[in-house]
Amino acid sequence: MNKLPMTEDDLQAWVDGALPAVRRGEVEEYLATHPEEAERVRAYRAQKQVLKAMFQPVLDEPLPERLQALATPPVAVDPEKRPFFTRWSLQRIAAGLLVAIVSGAAGWLGHAQYQAVDSRQAQRVPLPRQAAVAHVVFSPDVRRPVEVGAAQEDQLVAWLSKRLGTAVRPPKLGAIGYELIGGRLLPGNSGPVAQFMYHDASGQRLTLYVTTENASNRDTGFRFAKEGPVNVFYWIDGQFGYALSAGIDKAELARVATAVYDQLERK
Amino acid sequence: MLVEIPRLRRYARALLGNRAAADDLVQDTLERAWARCALWRAGSDLRAWLFSIMHNLRVDQLRRPNLPSHSIDEDDFEVPTRATQSDRLEVRDLESALRQLPDEQREVLLLVALEDLSYAEVAGMLGIPVGTVMSRLARGRERLRRLMEERPPGVNLRVVR
Repeated sequence: MNKLPMTEDDLQAWVDGALPAVRRGEVEEYLATHPEEAERVRAYRAQKQVLKAMFQPVLDEPLPERLQALATPPVAVDPEKRPFFTRWSLQRIAAGLLVAIVSGAAGWLGHAQYQAVDSRQAQRVPLPRQAAVAHVVFSPDVRRPVEVGAAQEDQLVAWLSKRLGTAVRPPKLGAIGYELIGGRLLPGNSGPVAQFMYHDASGQRLTLYVTTENASNRDTGFRFAKEGPVNVFYWIDGQFGYALSAGIDKAELARVATAVYDQLERK
Repeated sequence: MLVEIPRLRRYARALLGNRAAADDLVQDTLERAWARCALWRAGSDLRAWLFSIMHNLRVDQLRRPNLPSHSIDEDDFEVPTRATQSDRLEVRDLESALRQLPDEQREVLLLVALEDLSYAEVAGMLGIPVGTVMSRLARGRERLRRLMEERPPGVNLRVVR
């Protein structure tokens, strides 16, 4: 009965006046012979008009102050220079990463813990792994990288020594370009461990992880491990295990590790 | 930006049916727009960009859990109502019928009705194919028509459990 079959899309487009003239004529011819369809699309048209009329007054309402204020950039920041990632969103991303890493580490540590219970085989998290995880968790922290800052170094030393049950002291690395930021207490495989954090002039951070859990282990020389982006030098000296972690290259880390080792030997 | 705000408000009001919630949505939209203004390509349609930000915010909001609520049919109460044909009631009835549309249909229907946008523009804003716009529009309009025909004028009660 028609040149082109009439589709629902044609009828909708007729309602919205979106048809080219020729097609509109064809639709109107069709509607003339289909009263029910005609009634339906006229109802749609009326609907559209009523909706428009109904909400038209909103356009003339005075704007509330809070919206008025947003007609211009909300803070005194040049919109052109505003970075895509604002500081706030970076913090959120960092928080998300932290949660992911901590949960991952916790799950993994927990898993190892259960294994140890189950098999009675002391399946421990290897020292460089523990140290690398602790490094990755805390070193990106901008606001609270450490629990006690270098300004209270005496308190830090007294506190960590008391908790670890033996004297621990952060080595002084100023001569090779690293300043102490501070330190914190962390849970190790079976008790407390200490972490000291340093940074160089460029803000590059490194952490020294100190455990006292190695009663059964023999002494070792320097060992190197790579845990993802983190390089770790570690060694065991009596009851102490030391691990130096940073996202810096192996040669530079070896230089720092040697300085740390020398100082600890001399004490 | 200022000239676009009233249109955002109108659409949000129609979409949400609640003045405070609508203005909140507009506020969130503007804040997000300012935070991301580096992403807006100068010369492109500012209004379309703002509307698509609003749409995305709305999608985010709907993903969040809501208070469980259910509609009470007025048939449950059989409250005798005076048969009035006043415009005010008709408008109210259309508005309550609008509330009963699925969100996705109401959105398309209002963008076409209030903003006089082409189907392609609506599709671009919502990030859906034109065919989907057409079918949502057709279903939304038909549903609205049936709601208006079948229901006598009355108030649709909504309670929170």
